[in-house]
Order: sequence, then structure tokens, then C-alpha cells
Amino acid sequence: MADPTILFAAFLNGLTQGAVYALIALGLTLIYGVLHIINFAHGAALMVALYGVYYLFTGLGIDPFLALPIVMGAMFALGYALQRFVIGRASHGRDENILLVTLGLAIVMENVALYVFRADTRTIETAYAFATVDILGALVAIPKLAALGGALAMAAALFLLITRTDLGRAIRAVAKERQGARLVGIDVDHVFAMSFGIGFACLGAAACFLMPAYYVNPTVGSGFVLIAFTTVVLGGMGSFGGALAGGFVVGIAESFGGLAGIALGAGENMGQLAIFTIFIAVLLFRPQGLFGART
Amino acid sequence: MLVARALSIRFGGVAALQQVSLAVEARRIVGLIGPNGAGKTTLFALLSGFLRPESGSIAFRSRDIAGMPPHAICRLGMTRTFQIVQPFAGQTVRDNIAIGAHLHHRRRTAALHAAEEVATRLGLAADLDQLAANLTIAGRKRLELARALATQPQLLLLDEVLAGLNPQEIADMIPIVRAIRADGVTIVMIEHVMQAVMSLADDVHVLANGRMIASGPPAAIAEDPAVIEAYLGRGTADKLRLAAGLAHG
Amino acid sequence: MRSLAGVAAFAVATALVPAFVTSGAVLNAVILTLYAVLLGQAWNVLGGYGGQFSFGHAVFFGTGGYVMAVLQIRYGLSAWLAMPAAIGAGAAVGALVGALTFRYGLRGSYFALVTLAFAEVFRILANTFAFTGAGVGLMLPLADTPAQLQFGSRAGYLYLILGFVLAGFAVHLWLGHSRFGARLTAVRDNEASASALGVNVFRVKLGAIMISGALMAAGGVFYIQYLHYLDPAIAYGPAVSVEALLVPIVGGMGTLFGPLLGAVALHALSEGTRNLFGDAPGISLALYGVVLIVMVRYMPRGLIGLFARRGR
Repeated sequence: MADPTILFAAFLNGLTQGAVYALIALGLTLIYGVLHIINFAHGAALMVALYGVYYLFTGLGIDPFLALPIVMGAMFALGYALQRFVIGRASHGRDENILLVTLGLAIVMENVALYVFRADTRTIETAYAFATVDILGALVAIPKLAALGGALAMAAALFLLITRTDLGRAIRAVAKERQGARLVGIDVDHVFAMSFGIGFACLGAAACFLMPAYYVNPTVGSGFVLIAFTTVVLGGMGSFGGALAGGFVVGIAESFGGLAGIALGAGENMGQLAIFTIFIAVLLFRPQGLFGART
Repeated sequence: MLVARALSIRFGGVAALQQVSLAVEARRIVGLIGPNGAGKTTLFALLSGFLRPESGSIAFRSRDIAGMPPHAICRLGMTRTFQIVQPFAGQTVRDNIAIGAHLHHRRRTAALHAAEEVATRLGLAADLDQLAANLTIAGRKRLELARALATQPQLLLLDEVLAGLNPQEIADMIPIVRAIRADGVTIVMIEHVMQAVMSLADDVHVLANGRMIASGPPAAIAEDPAVIEAYLGRGTADKLRLAAGLAHG
Repeated sequence: MRSLAGVAAFAVATALVPAFVTSGAVLNAVILTLYAVLLGQAWNVLGGYGGQFSFGHAVFFGTGGYVMAVLQIRYGLSAWLAMPAAIGAGAAVGALVGALTFRYGLRGSYFALVTLAFAEVFRILANTFAFTGAGVGLMLPLADTPAQLQFGSRAGYLYLILGFVLAGFAVHLWLGHSRFGARLTAVRDNEASASALGVNVFRVKLGAIMISGALMAAGGVFYIQYLHYLDPAIAYGPAVSVEALLVPIVGGMGTLFGPLLGAVALHALSEGTRNLFGDAPGISLALYGVVLIVMVRYMPRGLIGLFARRGR
């Protein structure tokens, strides 16, 4: 079992899977960094985006990678609207209330999807779905490599957005000092909604990269929620580099955990167990994560 | 009663308190004054267990208490109030005070009864069934004091219990503070209302920039050039000397 | 005391139901509503009175259910002996989760997430090990005798769940009139103040989560005895956790009758949607989600807020 080829394959597998986790986490960490909201609806929103990619492909024949701008745009609009008209209004200031509202949104999204799409699991078959590339003896699926590239590109784009644009400056101001930002004339509600929208747009991108190699059903989102949170918490809330790093660590941990589980005869679930154990451990012992600031 | 020696603490590189020492004798009223940001509330937080000093020691009734959690220090007999009042907002005045009373009363009825007594002593009897959130600022300050008193402390740390009160309300509070001391409670009070401090306090300590710059009787403090420089200003100092002279004969 | 009278009236009214109602469907509806009350009461202790919102309360439910099942199936223990063990196990898991999370000061959203993580960990563990039946789950053999806490008629189960619910009411009444209850709500409303007034915040929270875990485990016990089947998804899945928190949020957190009101309202809602939309999957749950959002936005004090001057 300690065959280096297998280990290397598991490592690469974890890395590319981790890239997808990072994509999901980038949006989440932005939302948390700016609004200080723990967005429980993140997983369900990913599910919605996945269905979007699915129907664009099966209904209109649009390849997931070409659909990127469409899906990202639509998700951005969804996120903006949700924050502006639902979440923003409901919080009454308490942390937990927002958590409950986003939980409610997740439940609504999941079950409306269940009603509309039924529970069957669907996949798409793109021409390149099974194309692989040989890296040092390990076979890596092309879509997964694309995901890796996508995650890095997305992180870079977000970083540039936050540091080089006016919107980014406004976002940073609001994240740092809400009242002060309001006083200097920044439309805080708009910035919140923009941030939420951008976070959802990241999910749209993640869905485009994920769908070719994965599947969708109404409950697939809840499987991602905790993983996304683990990634964000590990990397540090509000840090893009942290989301990347966290994603890779989580992906690799899951991959090796699964490997260990199979070796021990306990099944692949051990990978997930590893993730959740990391999550609990980080929150207990180092809540600011690897790169976050101590609050 | 309370001896703090050479307390120091830093927040992210900034020294909030440096080598601060303080001694409080039983049944005294001790004033703690100084400019905003001097570290007075930080000192209270250290004394009452909400913060841990990086160096120095705190002895309360001959016991080393540095590093003990707040509830344990309260059980030993030292209770603090908060500068920004923190009532249990959705609960009644009676229920608020009862929490303090429960320190010494196990049964609910006994605690509620004790709460009523404390409320009456502090003039809150009429508000017993009001929600704490509905009280005026003066009422909330009294509630804060009442809750602390209900724990039957031997040492009371009052953090700006007069802040935000109008002159009439302040005048009403002063005899209450005196009566508490008359009951045998030692008091350390952070205050900015100088007239009150000078007339109430037996000893005054002055904190500025994280250091204790003066300690002594009110009249002497009012004349201390370092204190005048750092905090009081000439005009105030003259007025206070007058007031201190009148209060202490 | 008004509240005691109210609980007594409820107890009597419910106990009389089997005398007037023979329809199995109606009795089942009453039983399931009471079951929801119990879950809501459990969550209410920690979330409503204690202010610590858990999103993974199923971790206690599943433990109660599995311990109950495993002790009977694999060790041949009598149901009446297995029951206190299962409830005790719920309290023990409460102590474990509480000791870890409260010791390290986790609160608010982080606490909610960690409880969810714990539920997931337990779900995966239950899915892995043979003694919990792994993915297949456990089937409780039919015994149909009260000696094994199984009843031939629905009425028997009604009294069983009523017994648990009355225990839940007893706990709520105790919280409303005891030093512990007063300290718990003080910790909820302002931890720093409570601490400054001599309240050991950690111990109070720990006590609350243990009591909450025990009540929730009782829910798991009832579930396995009534429905005879348990698997990891049912035991530790989000459905139970969501039901547990939704009930008191709708009815009124931190109140005596909140869970009862919430369970009845939610049950009426799901019956109503079933009449309107048939048995289409997802509709009633989607509505639950809408209800959650609406309650948090417009009625944070729950339905009780419509009746009482203020919640306690």
C-alpha cells in the first residue's frame, strides 16, 4: 500500500479535488470576510449552479467551460438578490439569526430542487470527461487539472479585485469598519450584496469545473457545506490564499484518509471523517486558521 | 484587603498597563482617576479575573487570585460592575438582581426576596417588574449596582457608576455609595465626575498612560503637579482643592 | 401556578384522546406531533433557555436510538433497562461535546457548525461499524409487549411519548423556577455579567447540554421503539436536527409552551400542504424553510409572542 505511485496518485488526486474545494471556499471566505456571515446556503447554492450547468449542457448543448460566464453571471444575480432582499433584512443583528436564515434558504433550495428535479442523480458526459494526462506515472483527469488552473486563476482574480479596484476598496472598508464606511458615503447594503453576489459567482465557476467529473442531485450541496467550512476555517476566514491552501490540505487529507480507510478495511468514508475531525480540531485549538488574523 | 503589585499587560504590542501597583485597605472608598485610555478599566478587568496579567501579583484577602476566573473571584467576595452597563436585557429588574442574590441563596424564593430588599435599598422597588431594557440610564446604573450588591461583596469595583447621570441623579447616588461603605463594604471606584470622587474618596490613585502617577488623599492629589499636568488642568484643580477641603474638614 | 395548571390540562386532555379517538391515522398524527414536541423541548433547553444554537442535535438522538437498539438486539437487554442507558448515553455525548466546545469558548455560529460536524462524524462512524449495522441499519424485532416497551395498540405508544413529553415539561418548569434555570438564562443574555456575578458559565452550559442531550436521546428511544428501524441517515442526519430547532423557533424559544405550539403549528402546516399538493416530495420541507426565514425575520419571539406579554 505504500507504493509511491499510489501515494503520488492519491496526492495529485487530493490536490485537484482540493482545487474544487478551494473554488467553493473562495466565495465563502469572501462572504464571511466582508459580511461576517456564515453562509449556510453555500452548499445548496452550489447545487443550484450544478443544475444550471447540467441543463445548459443537456438542453442547449453548451459546454460547461463555455458556460462559465453565463453560470457565473446568473449566480451573481441570485446572490445579490438573496442578500439584498432576504438575508439582509432578516438578521436583527444577532449572529445566529443569519445562520438560521441561511439554513432556511438552504432547506428551501434543496426541497424546491427536489420537487422540480426529483431525487435522481444526474451526470453529464462531455467529450473530454475521461481524457487523462500522465504525470510522473499517475493518471490525472483533464477536467480536474482544469479545475486546478481555475482555482488558481479565480484566487488571483479575486485578489486583484480586492486590491486594485474601487469596489475592492469599498469592500475592504466595509469589512474593516461598517459604520465608518457608511459615514464616508459608501452604500454598505450594496457592497454587502455585491460581495454575496461575487461569492455566489465563485460557486458558479466551481460548478462549471465540477460538473464534468461529478454528479448532481438535490442533496449534493449539504455534503459540500461542512467541507467548504472546514476549508475556510482551516485557511482562515477572509483569506483567499488561506482558502486555496485550506482547499489543498482538505483535499489531500481526504484522499489520504480514504486511502488509509481502504487499507484498514474501513471504507472510503474515512476520508470524510478526516475532514470533519480537522474541522473540529481547528475550531477548538486554532480558530483563526493558518492564515487568518486572531480575532 | 487588596494588594496588587507591579501589574503589567500588553495588547498586541501596546503596553496597556506597566508596573501598576495598588493597595486598598478595608472599609475605605478608593478613587481611581485618569484620562480616557489610561488603563483604568483594564486594571479592573485584571483585578476581577477577566484578564490575566503578564506579570505582577494580586492578593485579595491574603489569597493570590491572579489568573482566577471571574466567577471564582466573585465568590471570594470581590464583585465588579461594568462601565457600559450590561443588564440581562429581556428579564425583569427583580430577576436581574436575583442572579446576584443566588450566590448566597440556593432557593429561588429566597433569592427573589433578597433581590427585592436590595432593590428597595437602592430605590428600585417601583421598577421590580419592569424589563431591564426599559429602564432609564440612571435606573440601569442603579440596577448594575444592585446586582453587584446582591452578591454581598466585601470589595466592590465600581466602573463609572455615575457616568451619564445628570447632577440631580449624581447627588442622589452619592449617599447611596456612602451607605454601602457604612455597611462594611470596601469600594474602589473609577470615576470622571471629579466632584464626586473628591468628596467620597478617602484615597485617590491616578492612572495615566498605563502607569500609576500619583496616590494619596484627595487634597494632595488635587495639588500634585503631575496630576494637574496629565489630567486635571489648573482651574479644575483649584475647584477640587476647595471641595476636598470642605468635605474632609 | 398558571403554568403548572396549563401542563396538567394538557396532560389530561392528551391522556383522554384514545378514549375518544379510535382512528389509527389520527392517533398516529397525535403521536408524531408529540414526538416533535419532545425534540423541540430538548433543543429548547440548550438553545432557547441557554442561547446556544446547535445544528447537530441529531448526535444525541441517534446515540439514544442506537444504544437502545444495540443493547436489545445484540445484548438481549430488556427494553426497560436499555432505556435509562440510552438516555444516559445522550447525556454523556452531551458532556463530551460540551466539554470540548465550551471549554474552548466556542459560541454562536462556530458552535452551531461544530455540533453539525459532530453529528456528521457520528453518522460516518455508524455507517462504518458492523455493530450498528453499518449502512443497512438496525431492525428492532417485534415483541409487542409492554415488557419490551412495545405496544400492540397506538394508545400504548401515545402514553409512552406523553410520558417523555411530560418529563420535558417538568424540566422546563424546573428551569423556570430554579437557581440553575436563572443562571442559564443569565448566561444566555450576557455571559460577562453572569460571570462577574459569580456564575460558573462553563458548568452551567455543560449542565444544559447534558440535559438537552438526555431529552433528545429519549426521542431516539421512542423512535426506535415505535418505528422499529434505524439507520445512520435517520439517526444522525440533518432532518432530525432541523426538526428539533424549527419547533421551538416557530413556537417560541425559551418558553414553556413554545415547543408544543410550534409542533402543532408545523404539523398543521404539513397536513395542509399535503392536502393542497399531495405527497409531492420536498414541498412541505421547502415550506418549513420558508417558515424558518419568515419567523426569524418577522416573529423572532415565535408564535408565543402573539399570546404572552413577553416570553420568559
